[in-house]
Amino acid sequence: MNQPLDPDSIVTRQAVEDFLYREADLLDNWKLDDWLALLTDDASYYVPPNDKPDADHRFTLFTVADDIVRLRERIIRLKDPNCHAEYPPSHTRRMISNVRITGVDGDIVNVSANFAIFRHRRGEGARQFVGRYRYKLKRTEAGLKIAERRAILDAEELGAMGSVSFLL
Amino acid sequence: MNDRLNGNGHANGHFVVEDRQNLTFQVNRQVFVSRDVLEDEQRTIFDKCWIYVGHASELKNPGDFRTRHIAGRPVIFCRDRQGQVRALINSCRHRGALVCREREGNARQFQCIYHGWTYNTDGSIKGIPGDDAYPPGFDKAGKGLVPVPRLESYKDFYFASFDRDAVDLHTYLAGARDYIDLVVDQSPSGRMEIISGVQEYDIKANWKLLVENSVDDYHLVTTHSTWLNYMRNSGVNVTPAKGHLLPTKGFGKDLGNGHLTTDNPNYRGRPVAKWISVYGEEAKADIDAIRKELVARLGEARAARVADTNRNLCIFPNLVINDGSSVTVRNFTPVAPDLMHVTAWALGPVEETEAQRARRLHAFLTFYGPGGFATPDDIAALELAQQGFAAWREVPWSDLSRGMGSSQEQLATDEGHLRVFWRKWSELMEMRRESAARS
Repeated sequence: MNQPLDPDSIVTRQAVEDFLYREADLLDNWKLDDWLALLTDDASYYVPPNDKPDADHRFTLFTVADDIVRLRERIIRLKDPNCHAEYPPSHTRRMISNVRITGVDGDIVNVSANFAIFRHRRGEGARQFVGRYRYKLKRTEAGLKIAERRAILDAEELGAMGSVSFLL
Repeated sequence: MNDRLNGNGHANGHFVVEDRQNLTFQVNRQVFVSRDVLEDEQRTIFDKCWIYVGHASELKNPGDFRTRHIAGRPVIFCRDRQGQVRALINSCRHRGALVCREREGNARQFQCIYHGWTYNTDGSIKGIPGDDAYPPGFDKAGKGLVPVPRLESYKDFYFASFDRDAVDLHTYLAGARDYIDLVVDQSPSGRMEIISGVQEYDIKANWKLLVENSVDDYHLVTTHSTWLNYMRNSGVNVTPAKGHLLPTKGFGKDLGNGHLTTDNPNYRGRPVAKWISVYGEEAKADIDAIRKELVARLGEARAARVADTNRNLCIFPNLVINDGSSVTVRNFTPVAPDLMHVTAWALGPVEETEAQRARRLHAFLTFYGPGGFATPDDIAALELAQQGFAAWREVPWSDLSRGMGSSQEQLATDEGHLRVFWRKWSELMEMRRESAARS
């Protein structure tokens, strides 16, 4: 704490916001391979169950708990026209706000943000996915990378949201 | 067939029409869209059959409770302070409000927020504020929460019936008991537990479509090709067996009383106890050890029966236990003809180590659930079917004749086991029709 901060190591909220907005843009435009390039080689992605938002995926049944292997497979699936739940791909629009750096742990920057995702499909009303993100962003020579991404929904149950077939 | 239809679009007024001579089996699509049919189903099926409430493991300690909806009624599933499991109707005897609002917890009592009536965890009345104002003869002691008319369990699975005269659960379950036994036998102590974390989601489709879908192996190759790709990419052999649509030759079985199951030689791995490459090399020795315990306890033949077959079991009318790449307990309730609420849990042996439990949960999410690689596509298929039913007047019949007339045992990719459900459904609905006609 008493040591002077290395200026190169400071990550600003603005840089984090820029990163999250770029990520949202890639996801909303289904540029999924470009999105994968934002991840570290051991990244993980979690959607906890609605009734246990703070739980650990090793002991609790999640909605999504992907390691990088399954995450890559998920992208293969999402790009396949036989991914029926997402063909044609949903139109999604992500609003990201209340971005905060909540801590720094070595080269990991902990970030929280709020999200509201509107999802539209033909013949359906809008479905709204609202909640908070918890990120572990890793500082690398190539810039920030996502080491862990957790999308925690506010709703008490998925209910009318139905399935979580796209990336939250 | 069509020339025998009456003006309402169903053959002599029957919704399920089986012709054993011409080998046709048709279901009228009105059963998926009609409010009258749903109302009849509520009264003749959900009010009469045994409906799944919950699992004993969800109520570990005295005072533990879970609030549920069972056959449309709000119910408190709880273990009273003396340790007895109960299912109490969650409605104040005074003026009706729910007396327990939380999803789950531990209670000393249930208190209505409206006028403050309190109830013990066994349902008995505990206190009525200002009870001296009630007239002489007011039966305070008789004002406890109303229990569901019948509550019985089989191997920790609790079911309720709202029909006092229902046959006992043991008899009702018939051949389904053997398949529950195969699930429970995975635990060295015979104790399975519901794992924390519930999946609750809606499907905009008729509830009966999920019965069909849960046991229908005909759809695997088309609906779930992306999951098959994932398995293939992970080194699992999913090449169809010679002359079959699936990697192995599996069967569809009639278990009596409308219960049915698939029974397939496993190809997709099982936490208990069949290793596949998706689990990783490091899991091999552990799964071998689970297998050894199973063989030592059950013998070679029974162990193979437990560990080398996958079974999707449907207990009439609305409980599905899928025992395969993990164990799923899935319950679904109609809300409208074109809408159901689905609740799904993972089940595992209480003895599992942390690593084994993590492997089970990982395997669950590979296929199942609203974020899995397969369930979202099932939901899509059912919702598309429901949308197609809007034209039920022009296209009145769904065809379920696959496998009819075969001299062999019905395959899981046939529809013989789906017909088991529909025959039972039809039998109960026709009984109601006849009794309505008599009165």
